[in-house]
Amino acid sequence: MRPENYQAVQLGDSNEYEIFIGPNHPGIEGNYAFRLLLDGDTIVKGTADAGYLHRGFEKLMEGRLWIQNLALVPRICVPDPAPMEVVYSMAVEEIMGIEAPRRAQWIRVMQLELSRVAAHLFTFGGHAATTGMYTPMFWGVADRDLVLDLFEEFTGGRVYSIYNIPGGVRRELPDGFLQKLSHLLDYLESRQNDYDNLLFTNQVFVKRAKNTGTLSKKDALELGVTGPNLRACGLEFDIRKNDPYLVYDELDFEIPTQQHGDAYSRILVRRDELFQSIKILRQVIEKLPSIDGPIRTTIPNPLSWNVKTGEAYARVESSKGELAYYVVSNGKDKPYRVHVRGPSSMHAVQTLEHLAKGARLEDVAQIMFSLDACPPEVDR
Amino acid sequence: MKKIEYKDKGSILNPLKNLQFFARKPITEKLQPRPASASYRGFHINDMDKCIGCSSCQKICDNAAITMVEVPSIAEDASKGIRNLRPAIDYGRCCWCALCVDICPTSAIELSREYVHTCDGDETDSYFVFPQESGIHGLNFEKGWTKTKDSDLLDRERRPMQEMKPEDRIDNFDEIVDGFTMEMAVEEASRCVDCGLCEDACPAHMHAPNYIRSIYEGNLEQAVEWMYETNPFSHVCGRVCTHICESACSLGRVGEDGVKTSQPIAIRWLKRFAMDHVPKTKIKQIAKKGKATKKSGQRVAIIGAGPAGLTTAFDLVKKGHQVTVYEAQPKGGGMTRYGIPNYRLPEDRLDQDIEVIQSVGVDIQYNVRIGKDITMQQLQKDNDAVVLAIGLQNGRSTRIPGSENKNVKKAVDLLRMIPKGEEFEVPKSAVIIGGGNVAMDIARSLARLQKQKFGKVGITVSALETLGKNFLADDEEVKESKEEDITILDARGPVQCVIDKKGKLTGLETVKVVSIFDDKGRFAPKYDDSDKQFHEAEMVVEAIGQMADISVLGEELTEELEWNRGRIQVDENGSTSVEWLWSAGDMVNGPDVIHAVADGHRVATDIDKYLRKEKKS
Repeated sequence: MRPENYQAVQLGDSNEYEIFIGPNHPGIEGNYAFRLLLDGDTIVKGTADAGYLHRGFEKLMEGRLWIQNLALVPRICVPDPAPMEVVYSMAVEEIMGIEAPRRAQWIRVMQLELSRVAAHLFTFGGHAATTGMYTPMFWGVADRDLVLDLFEEFTGGRVYSIYNIPGGVRRELPDGFLQKLSHLLDYLESRQNDYDNLLFTNQVFVKRAKNTGTLSKKDALELGVTGPNLRACGLEFDIRKNDPYLVYDELDFEIPTQQHGDAYSRILVRRDELFQSIKILRQVIEKLPSIDGPIRTTIPNPLSWNVKTGEAYARVESSKGELAYYVVSNGKDKPYRVHVRGPSSMHAVQTLEHLAKGARLEDVAQIMFSLDACPPEVDR
Repeated sequence: MKKIEYKDKGSILNPLKNLQFFARKPITEKLQPRPASASYRGFHINDMDKCIGCSSCQKICDNAAITMVEVPSIAEDASKGIRNLRPAIDYGRCCWCALCVDICPTSAIELSREYVHTCDGDETDSYFVFPQESGIHGLNFEKGWTKTKDSDLLDRERRPMQEMKPEDRIDNFDEIVDGFTMEMAVEEASRCVDCGLCEDACPAHMHAPNYIRSIYEGNLEQAVEWMYETNPFSHVCGRVCTHICESACSLGRVGEDGVKTSQPIAIRWLKRFAMDHVPKTKIKQIAKKGKATKKSGQRVAIIGAGPAGLTTAFDLVKKGHQVTVYEAQPKGGGMTRYGIPNYRLPEDRLDQDIEVIQSVGVDIQYNVRIGKDITMQQLQKDNDAVVLAIGLQNGRSTRIPGSENKNVKKAVDLLRMIPKGEEFEVPKSAVIIGGGNVAMDIARSLARLQKQKFGKVGITVSALETLGKNFLADDEEVKESKEEDITILDARGPVQCVIDKKGKLTGLETVKVVSIFDDKGRFAPKYDDSDKQFHEAEMVVEAIGQMADISVLGEELTEELEWNRGRIQVDENGSTSVEWLWSAGDMVNGPDVIHAVADGHRVATDIDKYLRKEKKS
């Protein structure tokens, strides 16, 4: 809604008043707006106002060649772009009836977990900043940058890897890459104490985060919450375990959960997940050198590539929750329809509205960041 | 990993832990740009010499960031498939995905490791730049993302063509090549990047990208329609065309980086596939499309029912003129019938092409020899225009000692006799002089006859050129000849046909060739006389070129016409110095079907203009 279209709301004798957060607000992730009806500091009703980042990705994809979409999909979620290209490739592979070679599958796992690490580091910082703690934000962004350095090393791009194509990955890992990855994991583990001290057990943060934005398991399921936000409510559901894709069934890792469903539980789940990802990456470092073979199966010339008629629903566990692509082909060189099932629209729209009710104004930003929603993915 | 209990209560001393940071070294990031990683996707670089202007980068670009821009300083060469278009990049649109790099057929375009760009004020359009080899602004950026074997997106391998095995084909004239199946043809067609270099290179500018596309879409009738727009000899060209298109194909280039082999699209076989799979009646309907409904009432005579003559006739009839073609032989097709053996071009396919042309309304008079049955003067009187498309029927002689012996034959004469079924004495052993496709044709035809008669092959081909270097015949002809037990002696020049005292030919003497051309590029072979060889043979066949039989013209017309080095002087439209006479085909361009077809179109267009009085004479 354009600012000039807002009208002062006449609310009679009530003490209620309306204010806006966003679309440009430090307490809002990205370009996203939230309209609040307040009684004093207490929120009576919150209304999500999405659409500022609507770029029509799903429609754009219908007008582009199958391969061209690979450069488009990562842009749907900037902080965690890798799952986008992987899941798109997986869906197309399923329609075509091909499978990425094993080596490519291991590399994809590595890419996905690295992306999860980067996204969680980003969220730590963001969440901390909403409680007024800026040092963890600088740390989170700086440490994420080290992960991006590795992305640059093996994919050629820091944020948008555009590294997958249906049938595998585009490039072999550079020499000595796994060693660099190992060093990074060592470093991140060495930072655990710092983060614990400054953020996760810091009472300034803990007291703000505990019992803020509490979501019950029942509500979470009703609202379609997935990913860390669901696991923070005590439900152990992770697509990597419950519906394994790539080579996740060969990997040893746990699904961290918390019971309270509040902002603090959510960030603790993410903290634990980050170290589970490090555990997975360690296994990749160990296993990958022994997996020889191609990194790609051949696909037809991308300029005349008609994917056979069919449809596929592929899903992965992204750092935000269940990310799925529903792709339909009518046998042409472009998709007939692509639907992106992103986790953020459930989190940022209905869940945020649900949690805002009764919350205090100063907690709105924290609730939003603790849900780790990604506005470009809401709007698509 | 240390677990954090949800109920953790902090200690009042906790903040003191942070005192440790005073002992740590601060992290300082320098302001200057950090060097990018080895496969970074930065600004583009483009090797202008490797780039052929195929515009595949433009096609794959998902943001329309690439525009092909004409660079007049770069020389175009259609037959080699080089255009003077080069990509210019709009960095306001580029998303650095590097798909352009991965699709480039020649590995010309690459990405650099440079990612910082500032505009210096006077550059008004500084985000729209030409990628130079030295990077934008010529700053010599280091290479970043380059193509590897894994990242190459093109399908570079040609689908294999099924052929008859040498032992099955050597004793007969059955067609060797089986042709594609539907599945293979679609796969082969899918490899095309639609660059159109083939269309530029083809003398007749056949719409190859369009018919390849139609085949890919499974619409063979549409494909044939595209073919008939430019070539009424599509069956013939689908089998024996010199396929200049395939030499120009952007997929035939070999990239240096990681991509070692690449094969051009089998354009000729795809054409053949479409022609073979569309019924004759349908082709006749397609050929008739666009025929003028109104008759012009003007008459054109064409001498010679070869590809050039019949293409001219086909075009002129479609434009509403009345055309009669005079052919000295009992059947049409010219050299494609009386020069190309059946195992390469089966007669029924040629018959079909001619039948389709006749069905459009072309009248062909067989067994009529101009100059004998009808004079040129008579033709001129009865017609508004005359086209001379008599081809090159007479073989050239080496004129070496002994070449006048009766057992020294000309390849074209023998090739004419074989399809007619005319008897001649098949030699047990023969030497062919020449290294072009005609030499291979006669060698392989004689080999088949020998196998039928004697059960074994005794053919030697002696050519001036060196195999694998400058040999004239197609590689597949050489390969198949060798499979058929034909011996090829390269870099050998004929010295004399050895005749014994009884006047009987015993063989050919050859010497080693040192060089073929002189410094100025003129034909002047030099021999090493110390390296002489004698090849025993009952017959020597000369296949060193052909010339036109201009006796049809008559003395008066021969005098009147202007000549250029033994060929009739024509302008770019095939018009001779005599107003009513045009000349087309092999006698103008040298032997080649597709050039003859192209000529036919040119001449037909020019005659049409002349007849409509649009042309100033």
